Amino acid sequence: MDDVILKVEGITKTFPGVKALDDVSFDIRRGEVHALVGENGAGKSTLMKALAGLHKPDQGQIIYQGAPTEVTGPLDARQKGILLIHQELSLSPELSVAENIYLGAWPTNRFGVLKKRELRRNASAALQALGCGFGPDVRVGTLSVAMQQMVEIARAEAFRANVVIFDEPTASLTDTEKEQLFHTIRGLKARGVGIVYISHKMDEIFDITDRITVLRDGKVQGTVETAATDLNQVTRMMIGRTLDAYFVKAKAEFGEEVLRVDGLSKQGLFRDVSFSVREGEVLGLYGLVGAGRSEVVETVFGVRKADGGKITWKGGEIDLPTPRQSIDMGMALVPESRKEQGLVLMMGGRENTSLPHLRLFSELSIMNRSRELATFEKYRSALSIKTTGPDQAVSQLSGGNQQKFVLAKWLCADPKLIILDEPTRGIDVGSKSAIHELIADLAEQGLAVIVISSEMPEVLGVSHRVLTMSEGAIVAEFEGDDMTEENLIDAVSHHRGEAAA
Amino acid sequence: MSSVTDRRTGSPLHNLLNLLLRNHIWVFLALTVVVFSLASPYFLTINNVGNILTQGAFIGILAIGMTMVMIDGEIDLSVGAILALASALAIGLQDHMGVWPAVFLGLMSGAALGFVNGTLVALSGMHSFIVTLGGLIGIRGLVFVYSGENALMVQDFSYTEIPEIYLGPISLTAILFFVLALFFQWVLSSTRHGRETYAVGDNIEAAHDAGINVKRHKIINFTICGTLAAICGILLSMRLGTAEPNAGKIWELWTIIAVVLGGTRLQGGFGSMWMTIGGVLTLAVLRNGLRLLNTPNYVELMVMGGVLVLALALDKLLNHKEDR
Amino acid sequence: MGQTINGVLRRHGLILAFLVFLGGVAFNAPSFLTPGNILDVLRQVSITGVMALGVTFVVLTGRLDLSVGSLLTLLTVIVVDQHNFAGPFPAIVMTLLAGLAVGAVNGLLVGFIGLNALIVTLAMLSFLQGLVLFYSGGANVNVANAQETWFAVFGRGDFLGIPVPVILFLVAAIIAGLVLQFTSFGRRVYGVGGNETASIFSGIDARWTVFWTYVVSGFTTGLAAIIMGSRVMGAQNTIGQGYELTVLAGVILGGTSLLGGSGSIWRTVIGISMLGFIQNGLLLLGFPYYVQWLVTWAVIIIAVWIDLGAKRGRIFA
Repeated sequence: MDDVILKVEGITKTFPGVKALDDVSFDIRRGEVHALVGENGAGKSTLMKALAGLHKPDQGQIIYQGAPTEVTGPLDARQKGILLIHQELSLSPELSVAENIYLGAWPTNRFGVLKKRELRRNASAALQALGCGFGPDVRVGTLSVAMQQMVEIARAEAFRANVVIFDEPTASLTDTEKEQLFHTIRGLKARGVGIVYISHKMDEIFDITDRITVLRDGKVQGTVETAATDLNQVTRMMIGRTLDAYFVKAKAEFGEEVLRVDGLSKQGLFRDVSFSVREGEVLGLYGLVGAGRSEVVETVFGVRKADGGKITWKGGEIDLPTPRQSIDMGMALVPESRKEQGLVLMMGGRENTSLPHLRLFSELSIMNRSRELATFEKYRSALSIKTTGPDQAVSQLSGGNQQKFVLAKWLCADPKLIILDEPTRGIDVGSKSAIHELIADLAEQGLAVIVISSEMPEVLGVSHRVLTMSEGAIVAEFEGDDMTEENLIDAVSHHRGEAAA
Repeated sequence: MSSVTDRRTGSPLHNLLNLLLRNHIWVFLALTVVVFSLASPYFLTINNVGNILTQGAFIGILAIGMTMVMIDGEIDLSVGAILALASALAIGLQDHMGVWPAVFLGLMSGAALGFVNGTLVALSGMHSFIVTLGGLIGIRGLVFVYSGENALMVQDFSYTEIPEIYLGPISLTAILFFVLALFFQWVLSSTRHGRETYAVGDNIEAAHDAGINVKRHKIINFTICGTLAAICGILLSMRLGTAEPNAGKIWELWTIIAVVLGGTRLQGGFGSMWMTIGGVLTLAVLRNGLRLLNTPNYVELMVMGGVLVLALALDKLLNHKEDR
Repeated sequence: MGQTINGVLRRHGLILAFLVFLGGVAFNAPSFLTPGNILDVLRQVSITGVMALGVTFVVLTGRLDLSVGSLLTLLTVIVVDQHNFAGPFPAIVMTLLAGLAVGAVNGLLVGFIGLNALIVTLAMLSFLQGLVLFYSGGANVNVANAQETWFAVFGRGDFLGIPVPVILFLVAAIIAGLVLQFTSFGRRVYGVGGNETASIFSGIDARWTVFWTYVVSGFTTGLAAIIMGSRVMGAQNTIGQGYELTVLAGVILGGTSLLGGSGSIWRTVIGISMLGFIQNGLLLLGFPYYVQWLVTWAVIIIAVWIDLGAKRGRIFA
């Protein structure tokens, strides 16, 4: 077993209210690409941060090169030869490639003057080893994202890293760039570097990795040889429960068409998107992170402006809506990021709830506080939100309770269409099922509902009809018995395969 | 690797265009110089150029420190007050201890106050705008406490002759400005501290993760800024032979204007001394040229305001094309 | 129990320190806490106070207005000059309109074009200084019939023994406070300052909200200029110089965050009054006037630091 370079033994990490990692063990061998997969919130990023020294685990230890090791921070990790390559790159655009490779660890004389020649020579060597097509003196800000990523990977060469952790490395790469990245990863692998590969994209995982470790709810579900498994098995390990059991689906009684979108396009984000949704219908929009789902609904809602296409609301065509118009028509958008897009965190539940409908809660611009309070109380009990009072800052609430306020703020004006973008991300199981029940309730009351999720069981469990999106386009539509995991996975990964070929 | 396109290896023309895009202030400077030399025959005389450089040098020296702090993503509003204190100490103390010790103490006062600013910013986590806004008010109070309400006069007039050294038409003050600007450009481009400045200003967390001591780094830059303000104050006291308690009032605003005009961004992570030199010279040329044309001084103030908004709008426009 | 005291100290430490200061001054200078002196202090802070009300709106959206000092100069010159030229009533109307117009330009540049507020209002500061000189030709202006005009009431008048400027300040503060707390506009201001993205997702047009806060700031500066012109019955070209900083210091001292979204009018009233009482108290104790600047420096740093430390849960960053 001496080809194991890094071993994690029984790591546990608890955050207030959540056990993010529960007795997690796995190991990385030299010259291996090891995938770490799981749904959002399964604990992948926490584990990765523990390896890079950003989180200190409560229990357990990391055995690195055969000895128990404590990693105190990213710098320490880098010096020890463990390199983390974030989804968001940690580069300074104004500095050169060479300076970025050695960020903070520049060779200097004792007066702090850079030894530029040495810096350039070392950086050149690293770049050449990777076969990069750019030199060490280029300003990083002028490079494309893929090239910037190469700069980060060059750190692995420069610091002679033994372990490199990639977090969603292909999120913003084109297919050719992706192939180049894989080429580079295989090069690192050939030199005996152990690689952890975190991704949502199953086709990539089956393409590049040797073993797969599946995480769910902070626990390791198992580690399998990639060659000896298939998509189905891995997906089942990730999801871990049979479908339908936890989900209530609204009765399929549909009314008039509420929203129709024809050929909606936005340069660089999505193209030719068409769909419609009826009263009482729950439409699922499934796709991997980065497929353009959020961008589509944000455009429909009016936060983004479309380049082309047609939006029809209840039979009448509307052009380039603003959020204000959309809200007044009866559209509601529960956005993807609760904290950044959903709530004003320093406000209380009362003020957050009325924020999109100030006109409804005021006469001659003067806020009607008792109406606000009544609405607050109504939703506090209806959604059983745990808060100490109407003015407790929502920043102090748990994720689930925050999300319920986001729902309250949109439900209180009786919308005709509600769009939920990742409505259960990062919230506890109890709140999750409450939100699933609510979705069914709303549809049965005659609302049109669009649910976006990257969690397949959720989409399949709550929707009457599912659209799959990939790389900015809608690639398939499923209804009734066709709504199966296999079909969805096929639609998404098959399309990617085609595009790559 | 064939499809890894390298945008760097564009044509020379493309490179030049890129350079100008980053340093658009120099284009603007050239334009103003052309306009004023056409408008006034006196503008491009050796004497007047010397004047412009000397006049610009005072704000210029302040702008050097401000640029360091601004690339860090911070701001220093207290430079005008620090300048006044250093100037008062340099003149007020020389009767007791001689010229050079007094000048030295003046310098030290600037360094110390810069250190205080930096330490407060680093330790408290307050925004430097608040910390140095307090400093702007309080340090001016210190000046008054020291010198009362009257200007301090130099007794030994040889003091005023110290900066009266000229290299052709260029005064010692102007030379000092250029030397300091070039030195700090070198610091920015070739030393660990300089490179840290960009890293910290662009992404403070990434810088911290890379092992940069962000707090110490910021304290150093504020100390540099304070010291340079003191140098400016001492040069001013030499030039005037007096130290007024109100010296340098609203100079911090002119300094910020010069730096922003140059193209250095308030958000940090972007800028250089080249840009700042360009901004400082543009400001000096505008002020000088407008006066040569005998425009009333309100025109100067209004043009400054207009140019500043224009520079900002231009930067926003170019900014979107360049980089990300 | 110990923890409660600790918490109280943390939350209200500054106000306690201020009360101690008031007590100390009153002990040494018995005239300090007499009604007459208190009214004097309030009369002095009424001009910066009225300006600070509008600036609070701007700061609550997370932006700055450094142009108010120059604007005060310009508007004071206008109100005094137009008083001679067109009479008091047209002068007042023109002053307020000019204030609104300058605020609208700031609002356009910051709110709609999205330029940096610090630089835009700095540029406006410079521009307005030029405009002052252009308007006045560099000369000081004075009200010709200072003894007889009813215009004197704004700066010099008394009503039931209370100076009219103080009444104006308090009434304006109450209105501003009510607007922020009880109207949908106020809610938008807090929303945009607290989380601009979430506000846009809630259908709030952040551009207009920001625009209107600058208009409010221009209006309150117009009001302050009327008080100033009436009190001085004249205007020099530098009459408002540095006021932008005093006003901002008062707003910050009250605890309104420069990041936006948190703060209030009553905090600003307290902040700006504290500055006034500190200034007055130090003078009564026989300190030269500039000592107040030193104290202001210390108070700002300590106040903001305590506030930040309390929110963060620890003193050092």
